[in-house]
Amino acid sequence: MDQNKKIIELKGISKSFDGEQILKSIDLDIHDKEFVTLLGPSGCGKTTTLRIIGGFVTPDAGDLLFLGKRINDVPPYKRKVNTVFQKYALFPHLDVFENVAFGLRLVKTPEKEIVRRVREMLALVNLSDFESRRVDLLSGGQQQRVAIARALVNQPKVLLLDEPLGALDLKLRKEMQYELKKIQQRMGITFIYVTHDQEEALTMSDTVVVMNGGLIHQIGTPQDIYNEPINAFTASFIGESNIVPGIMHRDCLVEFAGRDFVCVDGGFEKDEPVDVVVRPEDVDIVAASDEYLCGKVTSVTFKGVHYEMRVDCGGTTWRVHSTDFTPIGSLVGLRLTPEDIHIMHKSDASGVKNYGGAQP
Amino acid sequence: MIRLNAKWTSYPYIVWMLLFTILPLLLVVYFAFTDSSGAFTLDNVKQSALYIPTLVNSIYLAALATLFCLVLAYPFAFIMSRLSFSRQKMMSMLIMLPMWMNFLLRTYAWQAILEDNGVINTLLTAIGLPPATLINTSGAVVLGMVYNYIPFMILPLYSIMTKIDKSILEASSDLGAGFFATFRRVVLPLSLPGIVSGVTMVFVPAVSTFVISGMLGGSGNYLIGDLIEVQFLGNSYDLNAGSATSLLLMVVVLITMAIFSRFETEDSEEALV
Ligand SMILES: Nc1ncnc2c1ncn2[C@@H]1O[C@H](COP(=O)(O)OP(=O)(O)O)[C@@H](O)[C@H]1O
Ligand SMILES: [Mg+2]
Repeated sequence: MDQNKKIIELKGISKSFDGEQILKSIDLDIHDKEFVTLLGPSGCGKTTTLRIIGGFVTPDAGDLLFLGKRINDVPPYKRKVNTVFQKYALFPHLDVFENVAFGLRLVKTPEKEIVRRVREMLALVNLSDFESRRVDLLSGGQQQRVAIARALVNQPKVLLLDEPLGALDLKLRKEMQYELKKIQQRMGITFIYVTHDQEEALTMSDTVVVMNGGLIHQIGTPQDIYNEPINAFTASFIGESNIVPGIMHRDCLVEFAGRDFVCVDGGFEKDEPVDVVVRPEDVDIVAASDEYLCGKVTSVTFKGVHYEMRVDCGGTTWRVHSTDFTPIGSLVGLRLTPEDIHIMHKSDASGVKNYGGAQP
Repeated sequence: MIRLNAKWTSYPYIVWMLLFTILPLLLVVYFAFTDSSGAFTLDNVKQSALYIPTLVNSIYLAALATLFCLVLAYPFAFIMSRLSFSRQKMMSMLIMLPMWMNFLLRTYAWQAILEDNGVINTLLTAIGLPPATLINTSGAVVLGMVYNYIPFMILPLYSIMTKIDKSILEASSDLGAGFFATFRRVVLPLSLPGIVSGVTMVFVPAVSTFVISGMLGGSGNYLIGDLIEVQFLGNSYDLNAGSATSLLLMVVVLITMAIFSRFETEDSEEALV
């Protein structure tokens, strides 16, 4: 990834449909060769953002820059950007070869070069033997690969992918995640990837952009996003979390669940109400004592690598992951170290604008 | 599909076909090759060669009307297929609406519009322009054909175009195709089956019409359909000659349909929409 070269910039992009604001002044920089994922629940505006970059939706306000030049009014067919559509959108009247060759034929590429480049792409997506197949007889995964080859053969600077693996089964999806990442690195181009699957986002991306309700909540590396969620929404959307209300008495001292805890966060108002986020795997189960938050185990589920437990502490249920088995009904203590406690501003839009993890 | 189901479900259809299509067809063939006493003869068929100029004129006017229908209906059907669902329904209604009125009545209406002292000429003289000869021209015949048969062009085109998903047009644009390239490389090949059925559905009735040419074309635009009508019902009644002429027309229609259906099957092997 080239950290200094911005390839696409969104500046204050807004969009409304039928009087409802879908994107609320989005700012986003995307760098050369970066794998960026737009992550958020369904309906949060990911596809709309992608379609604005592709040129299929015109923003109501704001600027879209490509290598520093404003391209708001450039039609899709003149943008050096290609899209892998959510439902593939292959041409049903053309075979696999001609689907991939479509873009090359439009710019009058010599036949020899078309054959060479199409074959190269089909080899890249493991479809070399499918050249003359009809596309409607291919499986979902194969159609997906044709769509990717058809876009990549034009050597775009940026590839847009809208939930490209959504229709595939789990095993194929995992395989394709790996393949896509490999292709992106091999070809050295920018990928802007849309998904609502947090695991997919964390696995593949250089940068994750967390969106909700038409706003960007956080931009950061997968590690940043996971370890330092900026607000309760990000924390709850990415991985599992315990989110409890608390009061920040002063820097590094927070009160929740009826106790004072030392934490590592600061910069809040005195006695500001906050959300406290604790990851289930960060909680240590210890013998019950006055030193710790204590509660009764109400359920234990085996999850393969760990046990997932629910511990009832005075009416609040804590989710805890542990590799050790603790029987239901046991009285246990929950040990939280200062690093395990993440303090968030109450989740309104005000905390959203100063993205937490700095962009890489 | 029908073949997969129980065979007997197709029996009523077969009986219907036998009674109302195959039998009359056989009768036409029989009369075409016999004289009034019932003896075999080739005279009728040989004689019908006389009508080839009339036939050519019919084909020419019908082809012209088909072309106009296609040119008008194509963009119309495409735009219609891009409208919202409720608007599409409204448009289909509007297209069907005139078809609820009797074919003859509609053509009478055109007569009233085009006549020498009809609606158009009254308007022309009212604004001080010289009147134009509109009725009894081949132009009027073509107009009548276009007007009456254009729904048969729009509907198959429209129904095939609704199957072209918006995302396919976007993909074309995304890959670098402008308006014309998208039309030529995507919309046109995908709508070809619709063009074929539209053209067939307009050309076949247009080439055999007699009402339109009779009412709007005058004596100068005598078409093969008029000829057959006269031979069967008119003053030059001759069942055998009429059958021979019908046979000639049928051959033309069958050839046309064979040509077009070939188009369609060839294409649908590559492009099943
Ligand atoms: N063309 C459109 N017309 C009207 N509403 C739209 C249109 N496109 C998207 N929307 C609405 O915008 C919202 C966000 O949609 P979208 O960007 O597709 O979300 P996501 O991809 O994150 O699920 C949805 O509520 C959707 O109904
Ligand atoms: Mg979407």
